[in-house]
Amino acid sequence: MSLLQLKNISKIYGELKALDDISLEVENGEWLAIMGPSGSGKSTLMNIIGCMDKPSLGEVILDGRDIAKESDKGLTEIRRDKIGLIFQQFHLVNYLTAVENVMVAQYYHSMPDEKEALEALERVGLKDRAKHLPSQLSGGEQQRVCIARALINHPEIVLADEPTGNLDEANENIVIDIFKQLHKEGTTLIVVTHDPEVGEVAQRMIVLDHGRIKENTINKNFGNT
Amino acid sequence: MTKQKMFLRMITASLIRRRSRMIVALLAISVGAAILSGLVTIYYDVPRQMGAQFRNYGANMILVSSGDGKDFDVTAMNEAVSHISPESFLGATPYRYETVRIHDQPVVTAGTDIKSAGITSPYWHIEGAWPAEGEALVGKTEAEHLGLKTGSSFTMSYADESNEKEPVERDMVVSGILETGGSEEDYIYIEMSDLESIAGSGDLDVAELSISASQEELTAAADSITSADNGVSARLVKRVTQSESTVLTKLQALVFIVTAVVLVLTMICVATTMTAVVTERRKEIGLRKSLGASDRSIIVEFMGEGLLLGCIGGLAGALLGFVFAEFVSVNVFSSSIRFQPLLLPVTMIVSVAVTGLACLMPVRSAIDIDPALVLKGE
Repeated sequence: MSLLQLKNISKIYGELKALDDISLEVENGEWLAIMGPSGSGKSTLMNIIGCMDKPSLGEVILDGRDIAKESDKGLTEIRRDKIGLIFQQFHLVNYLTAVENVMVAQYYHSMPDEKEALEALERVGLKDRAKHLPSQLSGGEQQRVCIARALINHPEIVLADEPTGNLDEANENIVIDIFKQLHKEGTTLIVVTHDPEVGEVAQRMIVLDHGRIKENTINKNFGNT
Repeated sequence: MTKQKMFLRMITASLIRRRSRMIVALLAISVGAAILSGLVTIYYDVPRQMGAQFRNYGANMILVSSGDGKDFDVTAMNEAVSHISPESFLGATPYRYETVRIHDQPVVTAGTDIKSAGITSPYWHIEGAWPAEGEALVGKTEAEHLGLKTGSSFTMSYADESNEKEPVERDMVVSGILETGGSEEDYIYIEMSDLESIAGSGDLDVAELSISASQEELTAAADSITSADNGVSARLVKRVTQSESTVLTKLQALVFIVTAVVLVLTMICVATTMTAVVTERRKEIGLRKSLGASDRSIIVEFMGEGLLLGCIGGLAGALLGFVFAEFVSVNVFSSSIRFQPLLLPVTMIVSVAVTGLACLMPVRSAIDIDPALVLKGE
C-alpha cells in the first residue's frame, strides 16, 4: 500500500476550484517534485499533504489514516508525528540557537535531546554552528537548520516548499545534495518548486495547471545526475 | 533533557535574547506595579501620617475623675493608658490645678509632667526654655499680669482652703513664657513634684492623652477605660477627633479613587504592551503549530513567559513603589513611610494576574491562526 494516496480530491473556494479531481499516490521512499506556475494549486496541494488543510472532496490517506476525516487536533498529531516541513523562508525561531531550533521540534514530538539535535546538525554540516542564532547564519545555513529540524523526528514524509527559493546556486546545490542523501537513506521526499533544476533531480515530477495534474513524469535519468 | 528544562530554556531565551522587546514590556509592568504599590502604601499610611499631623493640634482624649470617690492619680492614669495599644499611644500628661499666691495675687498653677506636656501639646510656643524642677513656665497673660519675664524669680505660697496651717512657700524661677493664643496663657506650669512640695499629694484634675488612631479605635479605647471602673472616665476631644476623621475619610477616598483609576490605566497599558508583544509573534505561533504544537502547549509557553515577566516586573515595581511612596511621604508629610511587607507578594500577584490576563487574550486569538499562512510565507 502506498504511503500517501490522494483519491479524487478537490478544493473549492466559492466558485474557484483550486484543486480539481486530483488523484496521486506516493510510495514509501519516493522523491516527488510538484511543479507548476503560480496559481496552479501547488500551495493548496502542499497544505493538504502537510495536514494544514482538508480537501473539499475526496480522500487523503496518509499511512492508513484519512486526513479529510480528522479533527484539527488529529491533523496536528499527524503533522507532528509523520511530517517534516521545510520552508522557503526557513522560519526559524529568531531567539533560539540552531540546536535549540532543532530541539523545538523534538519538544513537541517527544523529548528534547541535545545530543541527537547536534547529530542532526552534523548531518547537514552545521555542527560547528549549533550555538549560533539564526541572525548569525547565512541563508543557506538557516535552510540547513530548517532541514535538520524537519528530519529530527524521523518523519514518514519530508515536505519542502520551495526549499531553494531564497538560496544562491552554491547553497541550492548543498540542499539538493542533502535531499539526494536523504533519498538514499529511504526518506520520502515531496518537494514543491517552480525551479526546473530542483524538479529535474527528483525521481518523479508532476506538473499542476489550473488545479489539475497536467504531467506526471518519471525521471529516467534519476540517479545519474 | 526533560520537557520542563526545554520549556524553561525557551522562556528564558525569549526574555534574554529579545531584550529590547522584553524591556519595554518589563518597564510597562514595573511602572504599573510601582505606581500601584506606591499608592496603596500611601493609602494605608495616610492615617498614621495624618494622625501624626493632627497630633500637632493637641491631645485627642482626656481623662477625668469618674466621681465615684476613687483616687484619680498618676497611677490611675497609667492604668488607663494600659488600655491603649502601645503602637498608637504617643503620650499622656497629668494636670493638677491649685490656686497659689504670687505677689499676693491668686494664680492658678498646674502641676504636670513637663516632658509629656511637650508631646501632648506640641503647639505650645515657649519664649525661653521648658522648666526643670524649681522652675516655672508662665502663661503670657499671667506673666504680663504679674510682671514676670524669663529669668525672673518669684515666691509661690500655698495655703489650704481652711487656712488653719501656715502657708508653704517656695522660690521659683521663670524658665519661659508660654504662648498658645488660648486659655493656657492664664496659668503657670510647674513640675508635679514642685506642686506637691507646697500643696501635698492630691488627685489629678485632668489627664490629656495623645493617641494616633482612628475615631473608632479612640471610641473603643475610651469605652474600655471608662468601663474598667478605676475611677477614671475617658472622653474624646471631639473637635479634634471629628475633624481628623472627616479629613482622613476624604483623603483616603481620594487616594482610593486615584489608585483605582491608576490600576485600570495600568491594566490597559500592560495589556496593550503585552498584546503588541504577543501579536508580533503570530508568525512564531504559526510555526510552532506547523511543527505540531497543540493549542494548549502554545498557551502554556506564552503564558509562562508572560507570567515570568509579570513576576519580575511585579517585584521590581513593588520595590520601586516603596521608593515612590517614600518620596511622596517625605515631600508631603515630612516623614518616612512605613514599609508594608504584605504589599510585596500582593503587588507581584496583581502584576502576574494583569500580565496573564493581558497575554491570554492575544494568545487565544493568535492560536486560531492558520499555520498554512506561515508555510506560504505570508
